[in-house]
Amino acid sequence: MTDRFVLSVLVNNQFGVLARIAGLFARRGYNIDALTVAETENPAFSRMTVVVGGDDYVLEQIVKQLMKQVDVRSVERLTQKDAIFRELLLVKVESAPETRQDILALVGLFDARVTDWSEHALTIELTDQPDIITALIDRLRVHPILEICRTGLTAIPRGDAAGVPPVSGA
Amino acid sequence: MSGVLSMNGARMIVDTLIEEGVEVLFGYPGGAVLPIYDALYERRETITHILTCHEQGAAHAADGYARAARRPGVVLATSGPGATNLVTGIAAAYMDSTPLVALTGNVPLALLGRDSFQEVDIAGVTMPITKYNYIVKSPGEIRASVRDAFAIAQSGRPGPVLVDIPRDIAEAPCGAQREKRHSPCVPVPSEREMDAFARALARARRPVLLIGGGVVADGAGVTAAMLAERLGAPVCATLMGLGALPWDHPLFLGMLGRHGLPEANRAVEACDLLLAIGTRFTERAAEDRRQFAGQAQIFHIDIDPAEVNKNIPADAALCGRAGAVMEGLLARLPAPPREPWGAAFTPFARRAFPEPGTPHALIHTLWRLRTPGMTVVTDVGQHQMWTAQTYGFSRPGELITSGGLGAMGFGLGAAVGVALARPGRRVALVTGDASLHMNMAELATAVALALPISVFVLDNAGLGLVRQLQDEQCGGRRFAVTPGLRTDWVRLAEAMGARGLSLAGQSPERVVREALTTEGPCLTHCPVDPACNA
Repeated sequence: MTDRFVLSVLVNNQFGVLARIAGLFARRGYNIDALTVAETENPAFSRMTVVVGGDDYVLEQIVKQLMKQVDVRSVERLTQKDAIFRELLLVKVESAPETRQDILALVGLFDARVTDWSEHALTIELTDQPDIITALIDRLRVHPILEICRTGLTAIPRGDAAGVPPVSGA
Repeated sequence: MSGVLSMNGARMIVDTLIEEGVEVLFGYPGGAVLPIYDALYERRETITHILTCHEQGAAHAADGYARAARRPGVVLATSGPGATNLVTGIAAAYMDSTPLVALTGNVPLALLGRDSFQEVDIAGVTMPITKYNYIVKSPGEIRASVRDAFAIAQSGRPGPVLVDIPRDIAEAPCGAQREKRHSPCVPVPSEREMDAFARALARARRPVLLIGGGVVADGAGVTAAMLAERLGAPVCATLMGLGALPWDHPLFLGMLGRHGLPEANRAVEACDLLLAIGTRFTERAAEDRRQFAGQAQIFHIDIDPAEVNKNIPADAALCGRAGAVMEGLLARLPAPPREPWGAAFTPFARRAFPEPGTPHALIHTLWRLRTPGMTVVTDVGQHQMWTAQTYGFSRPGELITSGGLGAMGFGLGAAVGVALARPGRRVALVTGDASLHMNMAELATAVALALPISVFVLDNAGLGLVRQLQDEQCGGRRFAVTPGLRTDWVRLAEAMGARGLSLAGQSPERVVREALTTEGPCLTHCPVDPACNA
């Protein structure tokens, strides 16, 4: 059965590590739906959050292949239940004086923000779970959407456990 | 010496190689590696550089050396074309899990990324075919990068690592060095996993052992034989697993798979438990994944956890070194050896004598006349399969062949490496006319080094295995498989300074014996019937 998995991958913050991991997914035929990466609180490490589609076989293979990588320190599968999922949306919508109120009502309803006003368009920013972001986009579609930028998912486990080894010497 | 001379990057590289115990490296110089070659000149009494005719030959030689010596092979090439010429050799090492350290020069840091003369992003190119690679961007990283490369190449499942060194890094003064970072780790199964696995294994009524390259790489042939005896299990091997069990072991049935022996394949079909050790079930071994070992539970032992469930789902698995895991199982299995169940299968030792005049008969003759400690290297194609089917291997590492990548042109380079790793012992290279045409220049290298390499060119005037596939899969529409080359192999060998012999119209016995007793390199032309299949 095909599903979507969220993997949180801690990697050495090393030259070429993104290419290495992305290349691994590409050549083994795994489909990345989204990938975010940035340095962690310890600059020696980066955190990658990868959303990938596949069945249990694919998931097992991905985790094992990731664990073989010299630069990969840990791989953790996160679920909605035990982690906080967030994504950032920037969407630019065409707006005329007669539609502006409808758009602003949606912005209010979704707890989004207007980050740029111009004569014929509004740019809206929303940080939320991916399904909420998709819902806002669907609602906005009645107005011409000029551009959509989504960051892809990032996620952090709930609770008090630390995910990254401390800076050495600290 | 380095105490007297000021330390620069190149000297640091060479010192680190020596520190890692490297005695021989293979390579080809060029602009970007001039400083490294200059440092090698200074240490030429301690470390021997072998110049090949082509970087691909150097990479295969380092691979062959590593397989024969069971320690990392080292290859050095210049930037750009030097580096790209290594690619097939690195891929061959990757697919057969050979520890290899490839060092490449590159253009100075400031010229990187500008499409400079002889610049190639070799780290990018080799990312999918190395365990890891480095671009050394500061002189302080050199020692750690090289030492880590050796550690990674040898740890767990071995494989190639590439270190790319821009020229100015090799020339820069070297001060304090960062510490080596990588520490090898090998998975070890827990006691409980071992207990459960052993109990289930003991319940099998018709077990079969499948031995792969992991057993050869671990030198665990004797343990595998003990395990087979304890279980009363017939044994078959993949191409890479040949030699783990001696050919005359009563339980050994030979190679399985597409080109394997019928007895080995029948045993796999009939067994109720297949214990596969150090193999990844490639489609050459397990062609039809649904039908493969259709009545059997699959028990899998491998050093690489990612191999478990990758090609064939396992009913039970243990991850660790082949030898250690098998010893753990032996300690747990009931002591009296079980009565072998597979009496219906003819062991390899009692296989039928090949019909005279066939390529199999020639391989059989080579085997009968083998000299003590002789290694068999092959190229890729029908001759490789005939060798695997017919030759009786007695020890791990006796056969050296490109199994996973199947790289035609592997043979001569690899033979050079093997001959250097096993001085004083003969190397027989079984090759085909097409394979040898690819990289025959390394015969000149063998001559320059006066290596005891006996080349046997099984000449079927074309690309035999491709022709066979066209017959089987393309309705006999043969195309681009009979190039019409008219190479006179005997004269070619002589022109390159080797001895040339021909089997045409001669007694194979006499010629093969002569080939195997010639002091330096010798090439024997062996015409074979182009209609023979593998």
